[in-house]
Amino acid sequence: MSARRIFAQPARYAAIAPYLWMVLFFLVPFGFVLKISLSQTAIAQPPYVPVFDFSEGWATINAAFAQLSFDNFRLLISDSLYISSYLRSVVVAVTSTLILLLIGYPIAYGMARLPQRWQPIAMMLVIVPFWTSFLIRIYAWINILQHDGLLNKILLALHLVSSPVVWLSTDTAMYLGIVYSYLPFMILPLYATLSKMDPSLLEAASDLGSSPLQAFWLVTFPLSLPGVGAGALLCFIPIIGEFVIPDLLAGSGSMMIGQTLWLEFFTNKDWPVAAAAAVALLVLLVPPLLLYDRLQRRTLEGAK
Amino acid sequence: MSGQSPEIDTAKINTAVAQATAPANDTPLLRVEGVSKKFGDFRAVDRLSLDIKAGEFFALLGPSGCGKTTLLRMLAGFETPDEGRILLGGRDIAPVLPHERPVNMMFQNYALFPHLSVRDNIAFGLKRAGMAGAAIDTRVGEMVALVKLEGMEKRRPDQLSGGQKQRVALARSLARRPKVLLLDEPLAALDKKLRESTQLELMELQRRLGMTFIVVTHDQEEAMTMANRIGVMDAGRLEQVATPRDLYEAPASRWVAQFVGDVNLFDGEVTSQEDHRLTIATRDGGSIVVAEPRDLIGKTMVSVAIRPEKVRLSRRDPASDAGTLQAVNRLEGVVTDVSYLGGSTVYKIKLDSGAVVRSSIANTARLDIDTLSAGRRVVAWFTPDDCMVLEK
Repeated sequence: MSARRIFAQPARYAAIAPYLWMVLFFLVPFGFVLKISLSQTAIAQPPYVPVFDFSEGWATINAAFAQLSFDNFRLLISDSLYISSYLRSVVVAVTSTLILLLIGYPIAYGMARLPQRWQPIAMMLVIVPFWTSFLIRIYAWINILQHDGLLNKILLALHLVSSPVVWLSTDTAMYLGIVYSYLPFMILPLYATLSKMDPSLLEAASDLGSSPLQAFWLVTFPLSLPGVGAGALLCFIPIIGEFVIPDLLAGSGSMMIGQTLWLEFFTNKDWPVAAAAAVALLVLLVPPLLLYDRLQRRTLEGAK
Repeated sequence: MSGQSPEIDTAKINTAVAQATAPANDTPLLRVEGVSKKFGDFRAVDRLSLDIKAGEFFALLGPSGCGKTTLLRMLAGFETPDEGRILLGGRDIAPVLPHERPVNMMFQNYALFPHLSVRDNIAFGLKRAGMAGAAIDTRVGEMVALVKLEGMEKRRPDQLSGGQKQRVALARSLARRPKVLLLDEPLAALDKKLRESTQLELMELQRRLGMTFIVVTHDQEEAMTMANRIGVMDAGRLEQVATPRDLYEAPASRWVAQFVGDVNLFDGEVTSQEDHRLTIATRDGGSIVVAEPRDLIGKTMVSVAIRPEKVRLSRRDPASDAGTLQAVNRLEGVVTDVSYLGGSTVYKIKLDSGAVVRSSIANTARLDIDTLSAGRRVVAWFTPDDCMVLEK
């Protein structure tokens, strides 16, 4: 066996690793969730029927299969609670992503334009908040936003308001929390595309008669679209399933799908409906995920 | 340009040229007056002055870091001079922003917009100039024909070969019909064969369009092939501005002589001068007689320079076989190295003084039974007319 083959063999097996990972930690658990979503709730341990028992032979398994139904999915469509929380999730995710883009793009653009030696420092400043626990940072926001919190104290001291403003348990607080938490995910892909852009392209645009503003809209912005897409999806996808931020910062008036899921699972102990909601959420996320994948692939091909 | 002839179609060029620039006259189109540019403590361009006439093909030649690209970028408006003035058609262009200058640049890496098609790349500058849609279409069509890219209008830059990208960049920079076209190392990214054919195309194009071209290059052969005049730069200054022939046959300094082509140098001092015949006592080559009209008597630090192709080799004393009564300079030595280059052969001769002289001999016959081999004792000789005297 030649040296090259010896080294080639483990490399070939290594390529299986991500697939194995996907099967073990995504497909198999998803199979469980899918099965539960087709089951009926029951006062039992586990709290649903049927339960597959492979020791009893084929007859019982076939009988168990016959018990599976789409009733939970029908419930999701018929009950306005689910549809409205799905819609709210989409609205919150779209709005947050737009705000993130509006704030993240100028920051990323500024970072990419910094002198070379300052760029790693700016990058660190963006990443540093990750060193503190996410939950602690959200609690810090609660502290800032509460009735006698820092924000109200400052506003009162500056005589901008006459009485404390209600910040906590509002959509404003929730958007603030979401935008604050996801900003690095928007900045980093944008910075990555903007910083590797060839500066001579802007000179060429200027040489050919573009003002700086025209050069930005005609050259910089279209060339940063892969970064815009990546950043937007990197934020949109997790925000749609966000649970902690709306639960801690938003009011109890309306729920996002993550909160509804939690409610069904832990308060109502209705595993099958919770599982059905989870499956529906996943299906909802497939189109943006595919879009993200295509964008990534196009960027890779563009880099060649 | 796969499978197509790389030659420029002259008929199409003629239609493309609606307005040729005014014929060359004595007032320079572009005047650079004592321009300096500093980066920190480093003087990239040092009090440089230069006149370029309309319709000239001018080359800025120099080693990397000599400031030639900085000078070009100042002409384009990407850098601002710290001192001096740049006049275009008599007007100071210092306050004119790059996007308002009647000057276009072809970038070294082409800087094609990757998200735009060939057509949109070429049309980019025309749209900014506010040209009407139909006129843009016509002009783009002319430009595409000019650089022979018909049928490629819809392609993106990443679908083009290096040579095709170069053509798009050229068409894009010519589309606005600038008064001056600046070319930054326009051929550096092409392979040798393509480079040679493109050099000829650029010359043809410049002649047809009557436009002023300023090309920056580090390749002396490229500069000599294309340009009417060459400015040789070193350390931010112009060492010499001359035609290719003068640059080669009458370099202004040792540095220029060595930078442009190969040269044999003998340092020495002038001992006598009579009737334009100068005798110079050199350290390594003994007494050398030189034809020199300048009065250099008494100069102690001069160099005699002889180009290798002007050094001839003989097995015997040249007085008998040269057939001339003219005084010739003779240097005796031994062939140490023979490099066959195809069109010519370069011999290295170690003189009895220890110095090495290079001689380049054209291979005019396919079969040469008289070829010299290493170890052979020879006489290297050259006439006084072929010698140059350099003072610095």
